Amino acid sequence: MNVQNAPDPKIPVPRGPLPILPAQRPASMVEITMDGKSVSVPQGSTLLEAARSIGIDTPTLCFLQNLTPVNVCRLCVVEVEGSRALVPACSRQAEPGMVVQTHSERVRLSRRLVLEMLVSSVDISTAPQFQKYMRRFGARPERFGEAAPPAATDERDTAEPGHHHPPEAGAATVAQPVKIDNELYVRDYGKCILCYKCVEACGVDAQNTFAIAVAGRGFGARISTEYNTPLTDSACVYCGNCIGVCPTGALMFRREYEMRQAGTWDESRQTRTDTICPYCGVGCTLTVHVQEERIVKVTSPLDQEITQGHLCIKGRFGWEWVNQKK
Amino acid sequence: MGGGTSSYREIEDTDLIVLWGSNARETHPIFFHHVLKGVHNGAKLFVIDPRRTSSAQWTEKWLGLHVGTDIALANAMAREILASGLENRSFIENATSGFDEFAQHVQRYTLEYAENICGVPSGLIRELAHAYARSDRAQICWTLGITEHHNAVDNVLALINLGLLTGHVGRYGSGLNPLRGQNNVQGGGDMGALPDRLPGFQHVENDELRTKFEKAWGVKIPPQRGWHLSGMFDAMERGELKALYVIGENPANSEADAHRTIKLLQGLDILVVQDMLMSKTAEMADVVFPAAAGWCETEGTVTNSERRVQRVRRALAPPAGVRDDIEVLCDLARGMGRDLGQPTSEEIWNELRSLSPVHAGMSYGRLEEMHGLQWPCYDQSHPGEQYLHGRLWARPVIGPLAPFSCVEQEPPVDTLDGEFPIRLTTGRRLDSYNTGVQTSRYASPLRHGETLDLSPEDGKKYGLEEGEIARVVSRRGSVVAPVRFDSGLRPGLAFMTLHFPDQVATNELTIDAVDPKSGTSEFKATAVRIEKAGITEPVPAAV
Repeated sequence: MNVQNAPDPKIPVPRGPLPILPAQRPASMVEITMDGKSVSVPQGSTLLEAARSIGIDTPTLCFLQNLTPVNVCRLCVVEVEGSRALVPACSRQAEPGMVVQTHSERVRLSRRLVLEMLVSSVDISTAPQFQKYMRRFGARPERFGEAAPPAATDERDTAEPGHHHPPEAGAATVAQPVKIDNELYVRDYGKCILCYKCVEACGVDAQNTFAIAVAGRGFGARISTEYNTPLTDSACVYCGNCIGVCPTGALMFRREYEMRQAGTWDESRQTRTDTICPYCGVGCTLTVHVQEERIVKVTSPLDQEITQGHLCIKGRFGWEWVNQKK
Repeated sequence: MGGGTSSYREIEDTDLIVLWGSNARETHPIFFHHVLKGVHNGAKLFVIDPRRTSSAQWTEKWLGLHVGTDIALANAMAREILASGLENRSFIENATSGFDEFAQHVQRYTLEYAENICGVPSGLIRELAHAYARSDRAQICWTLGITEHHNAVDNVLALINLGLLTGHVGRYGSGLNPLRGQNNVQGGGDMGALPDRLPGFQHVENDELRTKFEKAWGVKIPPQRGWHLSGMFDAMERGELKALYVIGENPANSEADAHRTIKLLQGLDILVVQDMLMSKTAEMADVVFPAAAGWCETEGTVTNSERRVQRVRRALAPPAGVRDDIEVLCDLARGMGRDLGQPTSEEIWNELRSLSPVHAGMSYGRLEEMHGLQWPCYDQSHPGEQYLHGRLWARPVIGPLAPFSCVEQEPPVDTLDGEFPIRLTTGRRLDSYNTGVQTSRYASPLRHGETLDLSPEDGKKYGLEEGEIARVVSRRGSVVAPVRFDSGLRPGLAFMTLHFPDQVATNELTIDAVDPKSGTSEFKATAVRIEKAGITEPVPAAV
C-alpha cells in the first residue's frame, strides 16, 4: 500500500464546521374549529393531534404513534360537519375551516357501541384501559347477555368465511384456548381485539418479517401465521415487537404470562430502568423491568430515536443469564 | 478520529445503500429497520457478500463475490467511475491528495479483470459503480466481512477511496460507516483502548498531548505505542509478554487458531481475568475478579456505531461478591500503592471530559436530557455532530487533505488447493452472540446449535445428508458438526459460527493470519475439506 501525503496521525484533526442538515420546510398552519374552539395546527396534522394539542382526551385502541394508522377500532371517531359518516381522528387530516365535534351525542353513542361489542366478545382482564373507557362512555356490554361457551382448540383458526353462526344463547365471543408453542411467546387470542398493531409491527412499520396477518372475514377474522402453522414453523424471528405493541395482553412474554398464572406478577413492585443493550453496536435503549432483583421483562421506549420501541430477539430476551448467576 | 461518519436517521433519507460484507438483517437488526425505511422511501440497496444472506433478500442487486476479493471489486468500481467521467472533480481537487497516483493505480483493474478475480459479472460491477457515483446521496456500510481479513485496513481504505472519488462523505445522507459489533467497541477505542491512543483519539507519541495526561494523572506514560491483541499473542510467543490482565474478553474461544491461543495463555506467568461470567479464559486464569454486568448492574456510558454516547444505568444489584469494574480497578491500584479514591462513574467521566476535547460537552445531565450525544461535542452548548468530516467541504478545506490510498488485491492467506478445496467463512446468527457466553442461556426457538452450512450442491457432491455429521479439516485442526443446507451458499463455500465453542470449536480451524495494521485475524477465509465423519450419534448440543 502506498498512501501519498497521508496526514500525520499524531496531529489531532482540527475542529470543523457544524453539519449542515436539510432545511425543515416551515409547515403552513391550518385553522379548524373543534368543540367550538378555534385550533391552529401545522398542515398534515391529524384531528387526533389537533384534539390533543388543546387537551381533548380522545380514546384510541388501534392507534400507536410509531405505527401507520389502520382505522379499524373506530373508537377515536369524531363528527365533522358536512361529512355523512363519523371519521377516525387518528388518520383524518385537518383541513382549513373544518368544524369538528369530539363528544357530540352521535360520537358518544358510536364509541359506546364499539366498546360494548368489543368487551362483550373479548377478555379484557389484562387491558385496564377498557374499564376507564367503559365508565366514561357508559358502556354496558352485559346487555348482550351471558358469554357463549368458548371455541375449541383451532376451531376459530379454521373458520371459513360464511361459517359464523350466532350462538343459540348469550353473546358471541372470541374465547378460545391459549396458544403456547415456544419458550418466549404466549398467544391468548381470546384477548385479541384485532387492532392490527402486531401485524403492522411485524410488517412494513418495523420488522418487515410478515410472519402474521389477519385471516378470515367478519366475526371469524383472526390473527394467523401462514396456513395457521405453529409459530415455530412460521417466519417469526421472535423480535417480540408484536408483543411490544399489543394493547390487551393477547400477546405476552412467556415469563410474564407464567408469573401472572402463578400470581407473582406485581407491577407495583417493579422498577423500570433505561439502559443500553449489551449486544451489537447499534445502541438500542432497553427498559429493564425488575421485580425482586430479577429481570422480568425488557421493552424499549416508543419515543427513542434509534429503536422507536422495537428490538431484536437478543435485546428482548438475551438477559436470562443475569438472573441465572444469582 | 475513527468512527461511522453518518447517523442512522440519514440512511432513511439516502438514495443508495451499499452493505459491504455485512449481514445487518441478522447482526444489526435495529439498524436494518432504518435501512428498510430507506428502502421503503425509495433508496436502492446493494448487498456485497459471498453469501446470499437475509439482508440480500431486500436488495436491488446482490454481488456474490469470492471471499477476500473486495479490493479488486472496489478498485474496479473506481476505475469504471473514472473511465465514465463520474468522479466528483471539485471535491477531489478541494479536499483530497494522491488522486493522480490513485487514478493511475486502478487502471489495470478493468471490469473484466475484476470479474475474473471476484466472480461477479462485469455488468453488475459497472451497474453498482454508476449507481453509486450518480446518486445524490450514497452510503457504504460494512462489518467484519471487510475487517476480518489479513489485509483489513487495506480493505477499508479501498472503500474510503470510493467515498472520496464521488464526494460521498461529509454530507447529509452520504457516508462511510463501519457497523460496530459490540455495544461499546466504538467507546473502547474512544476511551483509548487502542495501542497508540490516549482517550479522545489523542496520539500517545504526541509529546504535548501525552504531557497533558501525565500532568493530570501524576504519572509518566510510556511514550511509545503498545501492542494490539494479536501483537500481544506474538509477544507471548517471543517470551516478552508474561502477564495478562483480561477484562471482558474471551480470547480462549474468540481468537483464531485456538490451539495456539490456549498454548500461549497456558504459558503465561500469570493470567488475571475480570468477567461477568466464568468464560473459558476465566477457567484458565490464576485470579478471577467477578465483575458486575456493565449494562444493567453499573452506571456508565457506551458509544454506538453512530458515535452516540449513551448512559447505561444500574437496574439491579449484582450478586453478592460481584463488584463494579471501577471498584475492582481502584482496589487493585490501592494494592499497588496508588490511592485513586472511590470515584463514581460520573466523576471519572468528568475527568475524561477535562482531557478529551471531543467529549468535553457531554455532561451526564446533557446525555440524560438529549438521549445521548454524538462526538465530537466540544462544549456544553455544542449539539454534537450528526455526520463527520463536513470540514472536507469547506473552501479552503479545514485541516489535512483526505488521502487516496493505492491498495492492491491480495488473496486470503489460507489458499485453496486440491487438499483443502472449500472456502469456510464465519459470522453470526440472529439469536446468538460471539462465543455464546451470554446468549446460550436463554431459550431461543430459532437456535439449532452449531452446524456446518453447505450448499445443497456440495452436500450432494460429498454424499452428505442434512443433519448428518461431517468432519471439517483445515491446515490447523479439525472439528465435527452436523450438516445444514443453505441455498444462500454456492458450491465451494461453507459457513460456521463461533457461538457454540463447547459443541464445535470452530476456531480450531481458523487461521491467525493477522493484519499488521489492525491486528485482526482472517476469520473470514479458511481453507477446509469436508469428509463424512463416520459418526452416527448426534453431536452434543450446546448447554
